[in-house]
Amino acid sequence: MSENRHFEPEDRPQMDPKYLLRWEKSQDAYVLLYPEGVIKLNSSAAEILKRCTGEFNVDKITAELKALFVDSTNIEKSIYKFLEVSHAKGWIRD
Amino acid sequence: MPKDGLEIRLDGQGKPMWLVLELTYRCPLKCVWCNNPLDFDQYSKKELSTEEWKRVLHEGRELGALQLGFSGGEPMLRDDIEELVEEAERLGYYTNLITSGVGLTLERLKALKKAGLKQIQLSLQSANRDLTDELVGARAHDLKVDVARMIKAEGFPMVLNVPIFRQNIDQVEDILGLAEDIGVDYIELANIQYYNWALLNREELLPTREQIERAEASVVATRERLGKKMTIYFVIPDYYETRPKACMNGWGTIHLTIAPDGAALPCQEVRVIEGLEFPTVREHSLEWLWNDSPLFKKFRGDEWMKEPCRTCDEKEKDFGGCRCQAFLLTGDAANTDPACAKSPHHHVIEMAVNKARQKHHEPKPLVRRQIGAVTTVFMAHK
Repeated sequence: MSENRHFEPEDRPQMDPKYLLRWEKSQDAYVLLYPEGVIKLNSSAAEILKRCTGEFNVDKITAELKALFVDSTNIEKSIYKFLEVSHAKGWIRD
Repeated sequence: MPKDGLEIRLDGQGKPMWLVLELTYRCPLKCVWCNNPLDFDQYSKKELSTEEWKRVLHEGRELGALQLGFSGGEPMLRDDIEELVEEAERLGYYTNLITSGVGLTLERLKALKKAGLKQIQLSLQSANRDLTDELVGARAHDLKVDVARMIKAEGFPMVLNVPIFRQNIDQVEDILGLAEDIGVDYIELANIQYYNWALLNREELLPTREQIERAEASVVATRERLGKKMTIYFVIPDYYETRPKACMNGWGTIHLTIAPDGAALPCQEVRVIEGLEFPTVREHSLEWLWNDSPLFKKFRGDEWMKEPCRTCDEKEKDFGGCRCQAFLLTGDAANTDPACAKSPHHHVIEMAVNKARQKHHEPKPLVRRQIGAVTTVFMAHK
């Protein structure tokens, strides 16, 4: 398998169009829907993916997330980690 | 077809996350592994109307269903599928069309795109025209490949569903090559499961362990080569596992199937189990059928389990396997699935596997899915 993609502050991650992100009332959460699957997201994961439109760079995403969550210690590191994992899973692409 | 449950990565919290509508059992193909009932022809007069299906869609969403499969038979034989997709999209489902490709014209494909259809699963049986046509009992190969390319050209994510058995398992590499050329996103090479028509033809269809190992090696090599370009699932038959599949992720936990006549089923094959009642959406609400009907309560949880499942430390992992397989091969749906090596009936699986290995077996004709192929008058039809 290919090596993990590392993201830089100026990268503009974009969700793969196969994945559909939306709010699901019955789960009280954002879900990621794709062929043959459903993934329930926690709120920070959903807030990151909502911004993976190709429009925002990682720097901007990080700044917005910091403003959203009260406890934002180490948030920067976890955002980069989450993007890496999302890329490996194919949710976001280059 | 029953799934091993690996595709749903969410605890349904008691909700039917995955709703499958079997719109019709009618189909132009005659596949020898078809999972539709042997008496499929008894259902065409009882098919739900467009308005009845719409009511099912509404009630399903209220119960928390998210993923929606339009299946069959061949769902494209219904002329209201575009209307149903549109309604489902309006209600917030993720819509999947599961088709043989027959009847999926460019015009209808465009209409489905417009209606909001998210994804298409297309079946293909081999990379070889003559073999596909022989296996499905119709000239379908070229049409299927054309439809696959058309689906990609219209911008749909696509899963290529390839049922695997003795006759095509040695061509896995060619099939993967064709899929790569078409540009499919996901390919599911799924060894067929043995119910209904497939069970009738099992002796001819079950591959050998050596064949499975070779196919798996091709899959691993192709995965290495293609990386993320194409996701390849390879499902080996439970006959060659020592533990049963976590069938439907447990009875009545996340899967709800509605048959053409409106019967609400925990899985598509469940009518093979004798002695159960199958009430329909014509007489009951979906909410009652899912939550309270005796059928859905029958094997929910683990109260019903016998030994060795009852005290097994893996019972929460595989839920005792498949109830239909337990019934078909042991005569009691509450028995441990005989695919499990711990089952006292495991020898029935071993016998089938040994038979597949015999070099000099006398070939039997494959029974094609068609009216009159087998006598079904003995089947008490409700």
